[in-house]
Amino acid sequence: MGNHILDIRDLYVWYRTYEGYSKVLDGVDFNVNKGEKVGLVGEAGCGKTTTMRSVLGILPEGQFHIPKGEILYHGENILKMKPQELHKIRSEGMSMIFQEPSAALNPVFTIGSQIFDVIKYSGEGNSAGSRSKNKEKIREKAIQAIREVYIPDPERILECYPNQLSGGMKQRICIAMAIVTERELLIADEPGTSLDVTIQDQVHRLLRDLVDKKGMSLVMITHSLGVAREMTDRIYVMYAGNIVEIADTKELFANPLHPYTLGLLASVPKLTGGGVTEGIYGQIPDYLNPPKGCRFYPRCDRADHSCQQEKPPLRDMGDGHYTACFKV
Amino acid sequence: MDAKIQRTEIIVPSPAARLKEGFRKNWYKFSRNKLSIAGLVIVLSIIVVAILAPYVAPYPKHAGKFVDYVNANQGPSAAHFFGTDNFGRDVLSRIIFAFRGALLMGIMVLAIAVPVGVFFGLLAGYYQGSFLDTFIMRITDIFLSVPPLLLALAIAAVLEPNLTNAMIAVTVMWWPWYTRLVYGMATSLKNEYFVTSAELVGAGRFHILFREILPNCLSPIFTKMALDVGWVILIGASLSFVGLGEQPPTPALGQMVSDGTRYMPDLWWMTVYPSLAIAVIILGFNMLGDGIRDMMSKGEHDRG
Amino acid sequence: MSKETDNILTIENLKTYFQVGKVKGKTVHVRAVDGVSLSIKKGEVMGLVGESGSGKSTLAYTVMGMYPPTEGKITFKGEDISAGSSRRPLDVKKDMQIVFQDPGSSLNPHQNIKQILELPLKVHGIVKKEEMEKRVTQILRTVELSPAYMYKTPGSMGGGERQMISIARALATDPSFVILDEPTSALDVSIQAKIINMLLRLQEKNNLTYLFITHDLSLMRNIATRVAIMYLGKICEMASTHEFFETPYHPYTKMLLSSIPVVSVEEEKLRPEKVTSTGEIPSPTNIPTGCSFHLRCPNKMDLCTYDDPVMTEVTPGHYVRCHLYNKEEAGDAV
Repeated sequence: MGNHILDIRDLYVWYRTYEGYSKVLDGVDFNVNKGEKVGLVGEAGCGKTTTMRSVLGILPEGQFHIPKGEILYHGENILKMKPQELHKIRSEGMSMIFQEPSAALNPVFTIGSQIFDVIKYSGEGNSAGSRSKNKEKIREKAIQAIREVYIPDPERILECYPNQLSGGMKQRICIAMAIVTERELLIADEPGTSLDVTIQDQVHRLLRDLVDKKGMSLVMITHSLGVAREMTDRIYVMYAGNIVEIADTKELFANPLHPYTLGLLASVPKLTGGGVTEGIYGQIPDYLNPPKGCRFYPRCDRADHSCQQEKPPLRDMGDGHYTACFKV
Repeated sequence: MDAKIQRTEIIVPSPAARLKEGFRKNWYKFSRNKLSIAGLVIVLSIIVVAILAPYVAPYPKHAGKFVDYVNANQGPSAAHFFGTDNFGRDVLSRIIFAFRGALLMGIMVLAIAVPVGVFFGLLAGYYQGSFLDTFIMRITDIFLSVPPLLLALAIAAVLEPNLTNAMIAVTVMWWPWYTRLVYGMATSLKNEYFVTSAELVGAGRFHILFREILPNCLSPIFTKMALDVGWVILIGASLSFVGLGEQPPTPALGQMVSDGTRYMPDLWWMTVYPSLAIAVIILGFNMLGDGIRDMMSKGEHDRG
Repeated sequence: MSKETDNILTIENLKTYFQVGKVKGKTVHVRAVDGVSLSIKKGEVMGLVGESGSGKSTLAYTVMGMYPPTEGKITFKGEDISAGSSRRPLDVKKDMQIVFQDPGSSLNPHQNIKQILELPLKVHGIVKKEEMEKRVTQILRTVELSPAYMYKTPGSMGGGERQMISIARALATDPSFVILDEPTSALDVSIQAKIINMLLRLQEKNNLTYLFITHDLSLMRNIATRVAIMYLGKICEMASTHEFFETPYHPYTKMLLSSIPVVSVEEEKLRPEKVTSTGEIPSPTNIPTGCSFHLRCPNKMDLCTYDDPVMTEVTPGHYVRCHLYNKEEAGDAV
C-alpha cells in the first residue's frame, strides 16, 4: 500500500430510485499519497461528490447500495468499519470543506462555539488539566486557526454568527475549522465555486498555502480545469462515474489523451481569445441505464463498436499517465 | 470495426406512455407506505357502499320513517349485525345511509371552500403589499381567529338546521385556511423568474395568476384537501350531534351517536357503532391523505 | 459617450436605488446602480462584467423595466423607455427580451415546452391559433432542438436544454435586442460552449444586439465586441474587447484578470502581473467614500479616499474611471 493515505479500489456506488438502481459510480480507482494535492475534475453529475461522500460515510442513509469495492484509509477498509471507528477517522483524520459555506455553518451558533466543538470532538481538547484551563486552550487554538486564514480580529469573529460574515469569510471559517486540529487529509468540494472570482482566488491560494505549510494531503473536487491546474499536483478526470484519465497536472495539460479531457479543455473559453469551440456532443448518460462498454462512447468522436461492447480499462501510458480509452 | 457509431435522436415518449409512467411513479411513492393503501381501500369501500346504499344495506327502508317496535332495542345478531335502535331500525343500514350525507358534506364543502379560498389567496399573494392584500388577509385573519367549531355552530344555529345549512356553515369557516396556504406560496412564486418572464413579455394578469402561479400551488392544495375531507366530516358530525345537521328521520352519524347516548349503556350498540363509523371514515381519509402527501412531495432522487 | 444614431440603446446617468430600511430616521438605500452611462450599438455584443453585488443584473433589470429607475434616462431606438415595464408599449416589450441565469427558475415547471413557447406568440398575436404548432416547431429548430421536445416538461430536461428553451422563448417575438443575464454560468463548460456558439449563430442570422452579462472574463474575451466592467454600481472601465484585454488600465480590471484560473501557459502570459486580490467587496448599503474601490486598490492614493474619479477617455473608445489616468500628474503611473 506504500504511502497511500487513501486508496479507493474499484468502487461502485448505486442509488436506489423507484425506477431501479441509479448506477452512479462504476469502478472508481483513486488514491492520495501523503502530502499530495490531488484534483478530482469532472462536470456536474459525474459522481465526484458521491466518491468523496462515500469516503466520509455521509451518503444519504438507506438510499444507496455499494455492490463492490473498497475504500482503504491507511490500509483499513472504511466500508467495513464500525460507526465508532469511522467517527474517529472523521473527527481526527479527515475533514471536508463544502461548496456552500453558508449551508455548512449552523446559523444559530456562534462561529466560536462551532470551532470549539470541532476541537472538542477531535479529542485534542480533552487533555489533562482543569476544565477552565482546557477551555482556555481550546479558545487559543481557535483564535490561532482564524489567524491562519487571515481574518483580522479573531476574538470578535468568535462571537459572530455566520450571517454576520460574507461568503468569502464564511468559507475561510470553514477552512479554519478544517485545519484547526491536526488532520492529514482535507477534502475540498468546490470550495470556491459559490464565491466571486477575486474571492475565489483568495480562498484557493489560502487553502493551497495552508495545506503545504501543514504537510496535509488535499483532495480538490472541482469542475474547473483551470482551478485544478493551479491547485494540484495530480489530477483524476472523471466522467459518468468512471475515472477516464490520471496524470500529473503538468503532464495532463501538456499532453491530454482521453477524448473527454480534450473536449473539456477545448470547451473552456480562453483568455487568449479565438472563439469558443462547439463543446461536447450530447449530455451525461442516464445512470439508470448507462451505456454498456465505455460510458463516454455516445458522445465520443472516435467511438466504434469495440467501445460499445467493452469498458476500456485504465492503461499506463508512461510516467504515471493513465487513460481509459481504446483509441489512444 | 471502424464504423462510427450512429448518434440517435432523443426519443420523446408518447403522451400515453408518459401518462403511464407518471402513474407508475406516483403509485410507487403512494404505496411505499402500506397505511396509505389501507386508507385508499377504506375510502373506496365507503364511497362504493354509500353510492350503492339502497342495494347493499340489509334494510334500506330503515333509513327513513320506519317503526317496528317488535324488533326494537335488539343487540347485534345475525339478522342485525349492529343491532336495532329504539324504533327497531337496523343500525347498520342507517350507518350506510348516513355515509351518504357525510361524504356529501366532505365533498361539497371542499368543492366550494377550496376554489374560493385559493382565488383570494392568489389575488392577495400576487398583489402583496397592496390594499387588496391587506383587505383579503385581514378578513381571513378574522375568520381564523374564531374557534372553527364555534363559528360553524353560530352560523348553523342562526340558519334553519339542515344538511345544506350545515354545509354552508362549515364552508364559511373553511376557505380562509386555503387563502392562507395559497397566499404564502403565491408571494414567493410571484418572484420566480418564470413569472417575471411572463410579465415582461406582456402577459395578462389572468394568465399570470391562473396559468403561471396556480399550477405550482396545486400539489399542496390537493394534499391539504385529502387530509381535510376527514376533518370536514368530523365537524359535520359534531354539528349533527348537537342537532344542527341532517334532521331525523334521515340518518346522520353525529345524530345517531347523540340519539344513542340516551340509551347508554344498555343499548350500547346504538352509540358505539356510529362512533366507530366516524372514526373509520376519518382514519381512512387521513391515511389516504398521508399517501397523497407522499405522492406529491418531491423525493430526493426524483427525476422530473 | 458617443451619440451616434446607430445606438440601439442608450443609458444616461442611470441610478437604481432600493430602500432597505431606516437607521436613526434616515432612509438607508442600496445603491445598486449608481450613475451608469452606456450606449450599445446595433449588432454589438456588449459584455458587462462584474462580481456579485456589482449591480450588473440590476442594471439589466432596470433596462427591462422590472425596476423603475431612481434617476436617469433609458432610450431604446430613440424612444424614452425610462418608465417601468407595466407602462411600456407592447411593441417595446416585443423588441426587447431577456434570458435569465437560472433555467430552472425561469421556466414554469408545470407547463410543457409548447405552452411555454406559445405565450409570447399569443400575447403579441404573432401567429394564428392553427399555425401555432408549426411556429413552435420552427422556434425549436432555431435553437437546434428537435420538435419532439414540444411535449416535454422542463423538469425532464437537462440544464443546457432548458437554457436553450429560455433562449427560444426570448427569440420567439423576433426581438432586435436581447439581454443575456449570465445565461451559461449555471452550466457545465462543455454545454456552455454549445450554447454560446448557438447564441452567436443566432445573432448573426437574426441581426441581434446582445447585452451579455457575466462574471466570466475569459468568456467575454471570446464573444464580446466591447466590454464594460462594473464595481459597486459603477462602470470602472470600458473598451473594445481587444483593447480591454491587451491593455487593461483600471487596477480592478487587472485584479480580476489575474484572478482567473487558466488552463494554458499562453494564457498565463496574457494575465497582468499577479495583482494579489485583497479585501472583500463592501456591502452596497455602505459604499466607501471617494473611489469605491480604494479599500482594495493596490495603487491607492490619498486623493482616492475622498474624491470619486470621473470617467475619462484615455485612448479613443477606451474609458477608465480612475485617478491614475485622469490627473495629469499621475498620467505616467501606469
